[in-house]
Amino acid sequence: MKFIPSVLGICAAAGLSLGVANAAQEPVKIGMITTLSGGGASLGIDIRDGFDLAVKMKNGMLGGVKTEVITIDDARKVGNAKQIATRMIKQDNVDIVTGIVWSNLAMAVVPSVTKAGKIYISTNAGPSALAGKACSPNYFNVAWQNDNLHEAMGKYATDKGVKKAYILAPNYPAGKDALVGFKRFFKGEVIGEVYTKLGQVDYAAEIANLRAAKPDAVYFFLPGGMGINFVKQYNQAGLSKTTPLYGPAFSFDEGILKAVGEAALGVYNSSQYSWDLDNAANKAFVEAFRAEYKRNPSLYASQGYDAAMLIDSAIAEVKGDLSNQDAFRAAIKAAKFDSVRGAFKFGSNNHPIQDIYVREVVKSDTGVTNKTIGKVFTDHADAFASQCKM
Amino acid sequence: MTTLLFLEQTLNGLQQGVMLFLMAAGLTLVFGIMHLLNLAHGSLYMVGAYVCATVTQASGSFLIGLACALGASAATGMVIEVLAMRRLYNREHLDQVLATFGIILFFNELVKILWGPQALFLNPPDFLNGTIEVLPDTPYPTYRLFIIATGLVVALGLRHLILNTRVGMLIRAGATHREMVGALGVNIDWLYTIVFGLGAMLAGLAGALAGPMLAIQVGMGENILILTFVVIIVGGVGSIRGALVGALLVGLVDTYVRAFLPMGLREVLEPASADSIGAAISGMGIYILMAVVLLFKPNGLFQAYGDN
Repeated sequence: MKFIPSVLGICAAAGLSLGVANAAQEPVKIGMITTLSGGGASLGIDIRDGFDLAVKMKNGMLGGVKTEVITIDDARKVGNAKQIATRMIKQDNVDIVTGIVWSNLAMAVVPSVTKAGKIYISTNAGPSALAGKACSPNYFNVAWQNDNLHEAMGKYATDKGVKKAYILAPNYPAGKDALVGFKRFFKGEVIGEVYTKLGQVDYAAEIANLRAAKPDAVYFFLPGGMGINFVKQYNQAGLSKTTPLYGPAFSFDEGILKAVGEAALGVYNSSQYSWDLDNAANKAFVEAFRAEYKRNPSLYASQGYDAAMLIDSAIAEVKGDLSNQDAFRAAIKAAKFDSVRGAFKFGSNNHPIQDIYVREVVKSDTGVTNKTIGKVFTDHADAFASQCKM
Repeated sequence: MTTLLFLEQTLNGLQQGVMLFLMAAGLTLVFGIMHLLNLAHGSLYMVGAYVCATVTQASGSFLIGLACALGASAATGMVIEVLAMRRLYNREHLDQVLATFGIILFFNELVKILWGPQALFLNPPDFLNGTIEVLPDTPYPTYRLFIIATGLVVALGLRHLILNTRVGMLIRAGATHREMVGALGVNIDWLYTIVFGLGAMLAGLAGALAGPMLAIQVGMGENILILTFVVIIVGGVGSIRGALVGALLVGLVDTYVRAFLPMGLREVLEPASADSIGAAISGMGIYILMAVVLLFKPNGLFQAYGDN
């Protein structure tokens, strides 16, 4: 196991001891558990980079208080994540935990963090249990509930007049949630529903079956390398000319597009964020992100950045006094920050109520990228809020 | 209609089988002749894919990329053999597993340092990037046909090398009578290095060929490695012919089960449970095949040369 502690704030703050009154204050400690190595590392790296960028832009002081971020790699392993969380809670005594990418890791870690009285801010995973029955006043999700982007694509496919859809996802809980989410808003007929092996490499058999079924459109949720494999092979089979592909943003983030290239042109995907969204907060973010990392920010990077900005706003609201937990929780829930995605607020279950956009994959002067073409949902909440009692 | 789909799936199965054969041929040679269990075979596959993608982008030619990938993976294999594998020949299999697993970790980190964590981009060359109507109304990707053809050529070439050349004779002799071959003045160490390099080159070829179809990313070799072990166990350890037959069997069975089992179950069960049961069972198809083969032929379908 690799430990990559990056103690950011200290150096930055030492040089720039701005608030004299705050100099004696205890620093805020934030524990970031995320995936920085192995499969799916690019997601965790984006989240970390977005978060670190926000801390840097605030000169190492979130909400005017010296901030210490402890970042540790979970290598996408449940055991590692649990162990790191325990260490952060018991040994490092962090105030806030954040950063987890995967739902299965979140399910294993989040309940123990919130039970220990710490705040957890989710930068990605939003499993239905944590939005419904297992919700907690200490748990906030600044990204989305898992089903949201799939629901948007179901609605969009219906709006586009798709009558017969062929849908596929990996055979694991988040894959099943994805297709359930799509079907919740898709009014046409689902003529094929296929679950592939998690981590599957070759999709030739599925693609041949799919072609024979003659659907109007294909909806697929295959994050990371699986999506790269599928899109390349779908295009090579000549299907992209006849049958449009729909997917959530996870199947077409900036990293995937770089690897897939023009094979993905013309594909539609849903996202709560896109780097071309027109608002002041996003312009500042994209400019700073490009300058720092020489690439376009993905939705994951925006989620990391927003998480830090949310924490920043809440600490400022309570004037750096985290001892009153109720006040601090209320300050987080108020979400008085300018999200880079535009309008943002928390619902009753501490999950986002937000707009969801549809994007098309196009060729631009910076290469193949996403272009926002419309809004599918305005102020969209999740389907599980009513099950949350707190 | 259904016959056409069946034939198309057969092509898919053959293509998957051919890729597996390229991996299995090298692994089975090393395992059968040097008695070395090499888990790091997948790393050589990854090296092939990364070098091919990088050189293709720099030079603009896939064929140059392919050639460089072959050279690089063979060279990498030979360096590993001299530095590490040589010390493992007389050790237990468990030691070999541990050491070669370490080599996997080493290569994954090295590739990440050199190329970064993002997946690389590689498309088929233009003259192969299209579809051909091999069957009426069934466009099939040209690139996959190219892979099938390449694999069959390699299979024939290997057969010729092993059966009709001096090197092949030494490989066969070295497998069974190591000391005797050494006593006749052949440098066994170098022979092993060459065999290992050959296996590495085949793995690199498989990686480079897979590149345009798959995500070129860290750890890409680990997925295919498990299937490769199934192939050599089904085919018989150490036998090239076994590797070919085993690879084609595994490729076909895996494709057929994935393609037709969920469809068939939908006829008898309600769709929701048919989908989930189908998905669960189709993942097991090849392992059931392996169990059945081992039940009747505990040493695999073909015996290696040494045991004849």
